Amino acid sequence: MATVKPRVKAPKSATTGEIITIKTLISHKMESGQRKDKQGNLIPRQIINHFTARYNGEVVFEVDIEPAISANPYLQFNMRVEEPGEFEFIWNDDDGSVYATKQKLKVG
Amino acid sequence: MELTGKSTVSVFGAVFATLLVPALLIAGQAQANPQGVDTVKVTPTSEGHPFAEIYSGWYFRSPETQRLQEDDFENPAFLWVEQGEELWSEVDGAANKSCASCHNDAADSMATAGANMPKWNEALGKPVNLEQQINLCRTGRMEAEPWKWESNELLSMTSYVKLQSRGQPVEVATDGPMKPWFDKGKEIYYTRVGQLDMACSNCHEDYYGQQIRADRLSQGQTSGFPTYRLKWQKIGSLHRRFKGCMANIRATPYKVGSDEFLALELYTAWRGQGLPVEAPAVRN
Repeated sequence: MATVKPRVKAPKSATTGEIITIKTLISHKMESGQRKDKQGNLIPRQIINHFTARYNGEVVFEVDIEPAISANPYLQFNMRVEEPGEFEFIWNDDDGSVYATKQKLKVG
Repeated sequence: MELTGKSTVSVFGAVFATLLVPALLIAGQAQANPQGVDTVKVTPTSEGHPFAEIYSGWYFRSPETQRLQEDDFENPAFLWVEQGEELWSEVDGAANKSCASCHNDAADSMATAGANMPKWNEALGKPVNLEQQINLCRTGRMEAEPWKWESNELLSMTSYVKLQSRGQPVEVATDGPMKPWFDKGKEIYYTRVGQLDMACSNCHEDYYGQQIRADRLSQGQTSGFPTYRLKWQKIGSLHRRFKGCMANIRATPYKVGSDEFLALELYTAWRGQGLPVEAPAVRN
């Protein structure tokens, strides 16, 4: 994919104390840095190297990502929610780019 | 094991069957069916079909691969479908049109389009498949540049259009002017080529369900294309897969969009009549 697109699937509302599942997918080539091109030159590494999920500013889930993760990385995690708020999902690219998306959650 | 899901009687007589696991296929096959698809094993509707039952390619893959297809969010192919949806409404070309300008809502206008390809094109005097039809619209109606066969744009559009037909049984015309193309496709299917001297039928008819090295052979059905192949780490076209198969047997592959591949596409669609469109699928 030419453009990097993050997608998030999380419930829009939950009951207090409920454990919800958040699914994320981002389109990214995840070039490992181990492949060679037709001329035999190493294709430089370019991957998403870090993923952070924050809820109301606080980090709830964090991943250091290594080149073994394949293209279009899918990350899923569960979380117990106690209060309403807003998620922020952040992906960090090797080249310094940051991809982010937000989603609100109603809890009650 | 029983297939879950609503019972449907289609005009082509596709039937639900208890999912017995033949000795050929691995035990412990995943129970759930791909998202939006009622069945992966049907009685073929094509007259004179060599098989009593036909299986979608989904059936032969590991439970993990099958699971990826079951959720439209997790299915990576939907990254392309989303792009296709955006492109549908995007104006492009000198005529200042988008797909939507003529075809309005894709869910209506494309509801069966993906299930009937390739189909006869009177003006060109030959059949065309979905990729070619899209480019015909682009160059003819939109006065825009055609998209390259394996470009993200064309893949996005074909996967988006095919998705609208998901669940529709594959049905292609093979009579009248299509007959010589059908015959040609059948001939290609059964003709041995390449350094390994193999025909499509040697794997997909003679040995489906069995292992070739680390892979389990499918029946070579095409209802899931364009498909996200884990090997490609992206979505890809049917003709790309045809090329890959030919390269595997050390034959010189035909070109994408060639008459040979179009004939083969028609014939393999005939072999899949009765199976529902499953695109965009996930395969290995």
